[in-house]
Amino acid sequence: MENSNNYAVFTEEMRKDYTILVPNMLPIQFGLMLQIMGNYGYKMELLTTEGPSIVEQGLKNVHNDTCYPALLAIGQLMDAIESGKYDTHKIALIMSQTGGGCRASNYIHLLRKALAKNGHDYIPVISLNFSGLEANPGFTFTPQMLMQIAYGVLLGDMIMMIYNQCRAYEVVPGSSRKAVGVCMDVIAQRFSGNRMILYSEVKKLYRFILRVFERVRLDRSVPKKRVGVVGEIYVKFSPLGNNHLEDFLVAEGCEPVLAGLLDFCMYCLYNAVVDHRLYGRSAKAAAMNRMMYDFVLSKQKDIIRVMKKHGQFRPPIPFEEVRRLSHEIIGEGVKMGEGWLLPAEMVELIHEGVPNIVCAQPFGCLPNHIAGKGMVRKIRERYPEANIVSVDYDPGASKINQENRIKLMLSAAK
Amino acid sequence: MSMKLGIDIGSTTVKLVAVKDGNIVYKRYERHFSKVREKACELLRDAEAVLCCEPLKAAITGSAGLGAAKASGIDFVQEVFATRRAVGVHVPQADVVIELGGEDAKIIFLTGQLEERMNGSCAGGTGAFIDQMAILLDVSPSDLDLLSLEAERIYTIASRCGVFAKSDIQPLMNDGARREDLAASIFQAVVNQTLTGLAQGREIKGDVLFLGGPLYFFKGLQKRFQETLGLDNSHAHFPALAPYAIAAGAAEYAGDTGREYSYDELLGCLEKAAGEPVVSQYLSPLFTSHEEFREFTRRHDCHDVMTENVTVYSGDAYLGIDCGSTTTKIVLMGDKNQILYHHYQPNKGNPVDVIREQLAQLYRLCGDRVRIVASAVTGYGEALIQNAFGIDFGLVETVAHFYAARHFNPDVDFIIDIGGQDIKCFKIRNNCIDNIFLNEACSSGCGSFIETFARSMGYSIEEFCKLGLLSETPIDLGSRCTVFMNSSVKQAQKDGASIDMISAGLSVSVVKNALYKVIRAHSPDDLGKHIVVQGGTFLNNAILRSFEQEIGREVTRPAISGLMGAYGAALHARDNRPEHTALIRPEELEGFRHTSKSVKCGLCSNHCDLTVNTFPGGRRFLSGNRCERPLGRGEAKPLPDLYAWKLDYLKALACAPREGAAPLGRIGVPFGLNFYELLPFWKTFLEALGFEVVVSDVSSRDLYQRGQHSIPSDTVCYPAKLMHGHIENLFEKGVTRIFYPCMTYNLDEGRGDNCYNCPVVAYYPELLQANVARLSEVDFLMPYFELSDRKEFTRQAVRFFRERFPQLHRKEIAAAAEAGYGALQDYYAAVHEEGRKAIAYADENGLEIAVIVGRPYHIDPEINHGLNRLIASYGMVIVTEDAVWDLAQQPEVRVLNQWTYHSRMYSAANYVVRKENAQLIQLVSFGCGIDAITTDEIRSIVEGGGKIYTQLKIDEINNLGAAKIRVRSMLAAVEEGRKLGKQ
Repeated sequence: MENSNNYAVFTEEMRKDYTILVPNMLPIQFGLMLQIMGNYGYKMELLTTEGPSIVEQGLKNVHNDTCYPALLAIGQLMDAIESGKYDTHKIALIMSQTGGGCRASNYIHLLRKALAKNGHDYIPVISLNFSGLEANPGFTFTPQMLMQIAYGVLLGDMIMMIYNQCRAYEVVPGSSRKAVGVCMDVIAQRFSGNRMILYSEVKKLYRFILRVFERVRLDRSVPKKRVGVVGEIYVKFSPLGNNHLEDFLVAEGCEPVLAGLLDFCMYCLYNAVVDHRLYGRSAKAAAMNRMMYDFVLSKQKDIIRVMKKHGQFRPPIPFEEVRRLSHEIIGEGVKMGEGWLLPAEMVELIHEGVPNIVCAQPFGCLPNHIAGKGMVRKIRERYPEANIVSVDYDPGASKINQENRIKLMLSAAK
Repeated sequence: MSMKLGIDIGSTTVKLVAVKDGNIVYKRYERHFSKVREKACELLRDAEAVLCCEPLKAAITGSAGLGAAKASGIDFVQEVFATRRAVGVHVPQADVVIELGGEDAKIIFLTGQLEERMNGSCAGGTGAFIDQMAILLDVSPSDLDLLSLEAERIYTIASRCGVFAKSDIQPLMNDGARREDLAASIFQAVVNQTLTGLAQGREIKGDVLFLGGPLYFFKGLQKRFQETLGLDNSHAHFPALAPYAIAAGAAEYAGDTGREYSYDELLGCLEKAAGEPVVSQYLSPLFTSHEEFREFTRRHDCHDVMTENVTVYSGDAYLGIDCGSTTTKIVLMGDKNQILYHHYQPNKGNPVDVIREQLAQLYRLCGDRVRIVASAVTGYGEALIQNAFGIDFGLVETVAHFYAARHFNPDVDFIIDIGGQDIKCFKIRNNCIDNIFLNEACSSGCGSFIETFARSMGYSIEEFCKLGLLSETPIDLGSRCTVFMNSSVKQAQKDGASIDMISAGLSVSVVKNALYKVIRAHSPDDLGKHIVVQGGTFLNNAILRSFEQEIGREVTRPAISGLMGAYGAALHARDNRPEHTALIRPEELEGFRHTSKSVKCGLCSNHCDLTVNTFPGGRRFLSGNRCERPLGRGEAKPLPDLYAWKLDYLKALACAPREGAAPLGRIGVPFGLNFYELLPFWKTFLEALGFEVVVSDVSSRDLYQRGQHSIPSDTVCYPAKLMHGHIENLFEKGVTRIFYPCMTYNLDEGRGDNCYNCPVVAYYPELLQANVARLSEVDFLMPYFELSDRKEFTRQAVRFFRERFPQLHRKEIAAAAEAGYGALQDYYAAVHEEGRKAIAYADENGLEIAVIVGRPYHIDPEINHGLNRLIASYGMVIVTEDAVWDLAQQPEVRVLNQWTYHSRMYSAANYVVRKENAQLIQLVSFGCGIDAITTDEIRSIVEGGGKIYTQLKIDEINNLGAAKIRVRSMLAAVEEGRKLGKQ
């Protein structure tokens, strides 16, 4: 029984002068998304803080057996509140809620408990969900907004993907990072103040990104080991969560290969379709999601086309193909956490010629017992070249232990 | 050709090997006692004579070698890779390599598909583990080896990590098990860990090469490996190269590197690295000045007890004994509560001997002047000691500590006791123990961890801690279980941290561990205003200081901090003075002999390992039993116990033969996880379709071990791991078809926001299919089903079964589903009915009800290890969450209530709050992520209703010690609360 009035609600009133603090996961994609939200009158700030005080706040405020992403995200927010940088009566927090069967849907409640424990229960927490779990009068999406945000994700994913393809080969250290900055600035400029961005504009931006990166001087004469990173979404993406795994891989002379945020969104959308097919759950939701799924899919096709035409960078694999690849490993009904997406991404990487894979997850991650570690044997059986190392992240695990295991994988990498 | 040099810097040792023309011309092996880089330089200097005149190629390897390699610029090679190189050159015929180091364990499969595996971050070290266990048994590692060769039997010791093993060994020691047997059991635990944790199902056969220090030095370990793997002498290889293999591999690798060094250049590089400043995270120092330290000691010195010498005193005296897990404490108290005599000594594995000597000593000192009129004992060895020496009272240690703390500070509202093995904290409310926190198996071993660590570095515990007191830059080692700390220390050593920094850092870690992991305190106010700290570990000023710093509040540490349990017991003896004490008399003590022998109980399927202790006068004491049967006290009428009842119901159902022929043949279902709830449904449904249903046996240790090899994730919960055994069990029963559906959703009982299963329960069939190779040889039916909507399920079932068994009609399947739902309803109704009866029985007879909340599969005897019988033995009626959830409203919860099994627990908690004579005990499987959310919520429901929350964590470990303390403390608190309420 959810009772709606025992926590502070984000009202329309608050929208005017409240700053919404956002825990970080993907600096590029989240940055663009917030930019778009700004056009709709939301003042949002992406927290870019690092350092031991975040983990400390997490350990203090969250049950220590809870997953690491909860600990970090809540720790980062609490750390910001305690930092004195903000007027605590003029901020709100935001936390995602997938509504799936794993613990992640409960992060928001853990955050509220942490706030209450510190006497900050007046700070509203917005649930970012698309499953109708909690409503926030002051924070709503129109279909138009959603579409605009999707554009942000599309562009962000593209930048991240190309950036990863460049950084290991750049001739001038830091030049690809700089290219990211250039892209972000220009996109931000185009997006700002403009409520309605046309897709034709976005398409132009695709080509713009390619032009910016083609100017980064690369030296591909020495082939580098390509290493895929898959896993629990937060730990996979967040440098705070994975001890800067991508940087480590680059420092080891490898090219990190990561699928974007979009894949995860499409996976989530598709699950309603599966729920209907398997269990006869809502046909309406299934149809709605199918529509959105197809919409995003068509946009992904555009990116692929543009990138292929340009020819210098590897485009993503169409998600429909990724989804089909999962069938040989795991049932489509596995939909908690990263579910079937996780083995699908591993197999996709292998098909792409990237058999070296780091599977990153928080220590004791429940869905990953099944879809991550649990599927490695089967994948190896099918693809003997698969070279997968599973790495656990948590506040106590030492970096040396993690790096040692990754190095072991790299020593066998081809 | 140049000389090739390999330097292997491990977690505890440095190895150096020089290879020339394919021959090892020089080798050394030494412990580095955390002086990693200095030791490496030293070894290199010692080798000057051999190396000085040759051009050198060098490589560094090992878990602690990365930092040294980076700082010196010498090439680094990953150690598993190095091992493979060494094997290829020196022992080419090997099929499998097993290598145990100080803290790492590795296995390499060379034949067939090449595979390399290392232990996970949560599996404790092996060499270090053996060292730790040797210290626990108070022998040197080499004596441990000798002892093990004389073993007669092997005990089951948890092998997953050192902390677990320790909590298995400690009770065995306290119960008087033979050291020879323990030694061999420790080695067996190492073997089991290697085979299950690393090999994970891949068979180890052919030529097996054993490498690393422990496998070279310990013959007992070799023997255990050989016997377990069934290897004869011609296939098990224990080469002289074993301790040096990785270094030798690094030397081979060095041959491929480009750079050549002269001896002096190389030494220069290493020396430069040894002098590098340290980069790590630091904490603020414990004391900034000597003045501050003096003030601190002055403040704490004033909490003292009056003492009087036993040789001067005359009159009545009270004896208190605290027989703890690692130490025994004795206090003799006079009539003014003054301490006449006290003693604090490690058990050395045999508390009975320690106490016998002490009693003899006491009687000598007392002479005719002092009369011991009452005695009490507390602690792990309570029952054993009470029986051995005729002690008048036994009391649970939490209560003993409370009595003592109250004596020092009548206003005490929070007590924290950090002992050798456990952390105990409790809040005091209304003069009674209100809330107990005990460390779970995973964060235990705190006091003894520092001690073990100090000893392994070559210091006494006192010296070691003193070093930390004045450290200017304590190093931050994090706060988690000790195994994690081990690797943090390893990292600190790698970074070149000195002993004083590590010592101070460890003190802070122990304190943080206690505060944030065990108590999960948020602010000092969470603890209390009048905090009494005690336990041997707090005698250590560094820890006391860290504690005060961390909570920002001054606390009371009685000067007899380490004796509080014994003192409390003496106070208890005084308050309950009997007419005549039953304490053993001096003349009896003279001829006192204690023998123990171990037997296996054959009275039920549990087959408990019993230790039979025999004392003079034919007195016997049994330990290790989980029920009353071996005590031979006759069968009293058992109390209602829904755990037992439900299990019997389901067992009877599982065995019930099918009536009539089965046209579709046999089909197997595993008896675990959600089948513990849904068996009535599936069995009836499948039988109605025309199958003969074969249910796997009830779980047992043996069944678990049979399936252990295919478990891919060693941190998943035990109930899930057992499923692998159930599948094997079905194979043994000869079934060729197995049914195990994936179920994202559970039944919807309308109490939550959704009705999910947890991810593990929902999708474990997928994991089994991917990891149990033999499942591909049978017809493994793994449909995705949902039962909450009957019509919808029928549709799914028709689709699934018609496709495979076209002879089935739609109507038949619908009817079978109806029958299944009927059987499930019958089961629910029976559980409710039985629950009502049990509650009525308790009410009529004035008994306490234990509402055990958990999952349906917690009634599996291999999962709960007989906890229900233990709880029943304290006179409680046992009821389950599914029998009472409908008796109370769903309470308001502050979490997303989206799992069916968990919703029931919230309602059951609400029931307990409203039921006068009911107490709640929550069972939590170790590794259950979802319970991290439910426990806090259930605690707040229960405590919000003024009741005591008790949580029991369960794992594959068979030790009920912690459970006993919790349950008894809870009962003592309930009783005390009642007494106060009546006054």
